[in-house]
Amino acid sequence: MATEMPRTDVVVIGLGAVGGVAVLPLVNAGLNVIGLEAGGWMGTRDFAPDEIRNNIRDWPQAVPKAKNEIPTTRANINFEAVQGGGHPMMNGVGGTSLHYWAQSWRLNPWDFKTVSETTRRYGANRIPEDSTVEDWPFSYEDLEPFYDRVEYALGVSGNAGNIQGTLHAGGNQFEGPRSRSYPMPGLRSSGFTDMMGEAARTLGWHPFQGPAAINSEVYGDRPGCFYHGFCDRGGCHVAAKSSTAVTTIPEALKSGRLKVVTHARVLRIVNNADGRVTGVEYLSGNQVMFQPADAVLLASHTYENSRLLLLSRSKEFPEGLANNSGQVGQHYLSHHQGAPVIALFPKNLNNWYGLPAQGVAIDEWADDNFDHGDLDFIGGGNLWAHTDRKPISAAKMSTFDLVPNWGAKWKAFISENADRTNASYIQKTTLPYRGNYLDLDPLVKDRLGLPVIRITAEYRQNELRIAAFTQDRMEEWYRAAGAVQIIRAPLGSAMGTSTHAYGGTRMGDDPATNVTDRFGFAHEAPNLGILGASVMGTSGSRNPTLTAQALAWRTAEHLVANWESIAG
Amino acid sequence: MDNNKKNCIAQNQSQEGGGLSRRDLLKGAGLTGAALIAAGSGAAMAQTPSLQAAPSRIPVAEAFETLTSAESAALDAFASRIIPSDDGTPGAREARAVHFIDRGLTGAMAVSRDQYAVGLAALDSLAMERGGVAFSFLSASEQDAIIEAMTQNAIAAYPMLNAGFFNTVRTHTIEGTFSDPYYGGNRDFVGWALLGYPGVRIASSADDVSQGSALAPSRQSAYDMPAYTKDPVAGVQSGGANHGH
Repeated sequence: MATEMPRTDVVVIGLGAVGGVAVLPLVNAGLNVIGLEAGGWMGTRDFAPDEIRNNIRDWPQAVPKAKNEIPTTRANINFEAVQGGGHPMMNGVGGTSLHYWAQSWRLNPWDFKTVSETTRRYGANRIPEDSTVEDWPFSYEDLEPFYDRVEYALGVSGNAGNIQGTLHAGGNQFEGPRSRSYPMPGLRSSGFTDMMGEAARTLGWHPFQGPAAINSEVYGDRPGCFYHGFCDRGGCHVAAKSSTAVTTIPEALKSGRLKVVTHARVLRIVNNADGRVTGVEYLSGNQVMFQPADAVLLASHTYENSRLLLLSRSKEFPEGLANNSGQVGQHYLSHHQGAPVIALFPKNLNNWYGLPAQGVAIDEWADDNFDHGDLDFIGGGNLWAHTDRKPISAAKMSTFDLVPNWGAKWKAFISENADRTNASYIQKTTLPYRGNYLDLDPLVKDRLGLPVIRITAEYRQNELRIAAFTQDRMEEWYRAAGAVQIIRAPLGSAMGTSTHAYGGTRMGDDPATNVTDRFGFAHEAPNLGILGASVMGTSGSRNPTLTAQALAWRTAEHLVANWESIAG
Repeated sequence: MDNNKKNCIAQNQSQEGGGLSRRDLLKGAGLTGAALIAAGSGAAMAQTPSLQAAPSRIPVAEAFETLTSAESAALDAFASRIIPSDDGTPGAREARAVHFIDRGLTGAMAVSRDQYAVGLAALDSLAMERGGVAFSFLSASEQDAIIEAMTQNAIAAYPMLNAGFFNTVRTHTIEGTFSDPYYGGNRDFVGWALLGYPGVRIASSADDVSQGSALAPSRQSAYDMPAYTKDPVAGVQSGGANHGH
């Protein structure tokens, strides 16, 4: 029998990148909020510049809960799904926003209207036949105010390219209009990013410093970036990275209306006979607790959002909460970020202390920013050249087929070239397809005996064609900058687990093809809101976090504005 | 294997260039095993951050926690063919990559322990068949020939000596040579010097970055910096913020 806790207005499951944002507008409106977080608090002293711990041994991600729930993966139903690698999910107050690269992009307007814009410009037959893609139920312009709120609440650095329709050099010429500039200028450039920017201009492209949720100067009571180079999978030792653990969560705590419950492992969301949710059951140590609430916001990672719904079975929802339509787990996609191009330069690049978010971007070949009339795909990729080098990864550099990968020749090669190589990061439009989905694994269980999520998904022709096309562009760029050797990675196959995981609880007006309505509340369980990239139906060609955070803020404001009708 | 063991110790002595045996050192320090390692790698290091103290704070000898003497000898020989030092500059042996692997195999890398046991025993058996000695006593060119055959999956009599085992050892040897010295390898920062990496820092200015490998090495473990030790540090709540620039 669960121990019942005192009732609250809203319970938020997961205080990460999105739950950690949503709590602020809720408490600001006077609501009492309980945040259930599977991990604990971590402070700046926990974030050492340690490549072994962060990058090799998968800390801080590798805490017990997520570690025991690693998804199984397979390309399609002809394979048995196997568990492997790590879990991209993170437990801890702040969640993945603690250790992410902190690239904080807005999606481009095209990403919201992929179907209608493609149809208008090229004809409906250009949508891949097996794709389940839909237009978003609203436009970039509708989300713009929420992007703006989050950029200022967290602290995002960047150079605007389009302020209220006026283009600004030095920013992204293809971005949607923003109401005002970023709260801080872009991060510092480096000799390498300057060199790549110059090379891009010789090609007629418009390079710019990409946006990051990292302070480029003092912002509030937090310092500017120290540029020590251990952002990737590492928390910030000076709290210059604008994770929710050092921004919106502490701000919300000041109200006295947010209670953070750490080490709370949520088991299921409970509903009543009317199909409304009544609260959340969770494990605290060995004790089962029940937290009643008038509204529940599910704010875990994409994989756990679908998993918790599928595990929350009841008489009213025999196949899982809000899943009588069978849509939970559908329209899953993981962002195609692979298939890099790797370059070797004839001189040192001085990249030893770079951040992954300290890079130069090219958006000419992303989304529908170029004419696809004669091409056999839609969408594209954002090209990203960044400075980020640490010694172990440097020693593991590609040999470019010039030397063996061990022995005296190899030693001499890495000694000479450790600081002369660069791997691109190309994020590519990825679409949802029939046959790509999440469900519960029939065999593999976590330590509590609950099934883990199973990923069945593979990239299709559209993604592979984008990969080949953008590799051409990337090679062109590296060559223009003086690269002497180029290696291209394979184009990709099975999707696998990813930090950039989308779908499973897609947002849309049609309850037959979407789990949540246009404000993020479940069609079948009206006082259950769902936050995170799991509601996104398209990936765009850039990192998802800021969009997921803007959506979370919007869902929270919608709850506040419609409290009586949703939670009453 | 008694001879091997003796030779292994002798080899260690000659590598360290000192006359002390490992046993003498342990006796003298009044420390054993894990305690010695902990003293050398954790709190003691944090209290001796000066550059001059850096080389001497690393113990001259160090107990193996899980590898047997034969295993450590074979692995040391293997690792020092992956990153050799016969060009006159330090390699995996001088970095003490084997100590990194040994310690890792008791914890984060424990999943590989059996693979090492089986693979290293097979290496010695194969060496015995070919040359009548353990793998570590083969000539460098004989060792290289065996490793090359491993990478080609071409050792039919010992299928465990395959590219998979090679890749495991290669990966761990790289990690042991180029990791933070806290973990037992990269002794005296020889791995970072090999790559021209100027070391971990609290902060890097634009000028630091533009110097590239010419920047003076920091010669610090992350855990030499009080900002990252777990000991209570008076007055430091937002550790690190006061230590930059």
